[in-house]
Amino acid sequence: MSEHIILTYEISAEDFTRAGEASSDVKSKLKLLGIRPDVVRKVAIAMYEGEINMVIHARGGVITVEISPEEVAMVLTDEGPGIPDVELAMQEGYSTAPDEIRSLGFGAGMGLPNMKKCSDEMDLETTLGVGTTIRMVVKI
Amino acid sequence: MTLADVCGILNAKVLVGKEYLDREVKSAFASDMMSDVLAFPKDYSILLTGLCNPQVIRTAEMLDIGCIIFVRGKQPTKDILDMARALGLVILETEQKMFFSCGMLYQAGLRGGSLDE
Repeated sequence: MSEHIILTYEISAEDFTRAGEASSDVKSKLKLLGIRPDVVRKVAIAMYEGEINMVIHARGGVITVEISPEEVAMVLTDEGPGIPDVELAMQEGYSTAPDEIRSLGFGAGMGLPNMKKCSDEMDLETTLGVGTTIRMVVKI
Repeated sequence: MTLADVCGILNAKVLVGKEYLDREVKSAFASDMMSDVLAFPKDYSILLTGLCNPQVIRTAEMLDIGCIIFVRGKQPTKDILDMARALGLVILETEQKMFFSCGMLYQAGLRGGSLDE
């Protein structure tokens, strides 16, 4: 694989049952490309957590995935409410998800810390009322 | 232990994946919170849960977990079962409760979750 592959996904927040379809697609493409299973899993978990977050907190957004011979880079952009206290949001167990989301099995406050754990690099930019952009890189 | 043994122990119904019951299983994770399943990724063969929605299938897919056991008699919808079938997963359903199911499988030799592992 010498070329860069760029994939773009529009994430809709209208149907929670469909959350994860983009991550599922990326996972199968990485498998087909013969990427190491541990790398595939890290990308899949990081992106799925991000995708779920976008659906829960930000009314959806856009995810771009760039696959190169050295790394998989994901950029998740939303126009949601922004994160008021990033340090707090990065703590395990801290969540602002409503009970309705918890009843669906999410909102344990593990999403952002888990995204950081699964990626080799992670940057988060957020502006209240404007949106959030998260960039995650998993080295191959 | 194989998935066929697991079915026998829990008196479970096979909803999807009858053809894969000879698969060997070694470890399991049990939770109703998918956030927690995703936060402790290891090579688990089985996910036991009382949560019944499509995100359970997605979570198993992301973590390469090949079998989901729905406890407490939870009945997944056709959409959920179709997703599982397309991914080659095994879906079991038991009337037994979570604690009992885990206890029986642990007693039979299944492991997972210990901090020493």
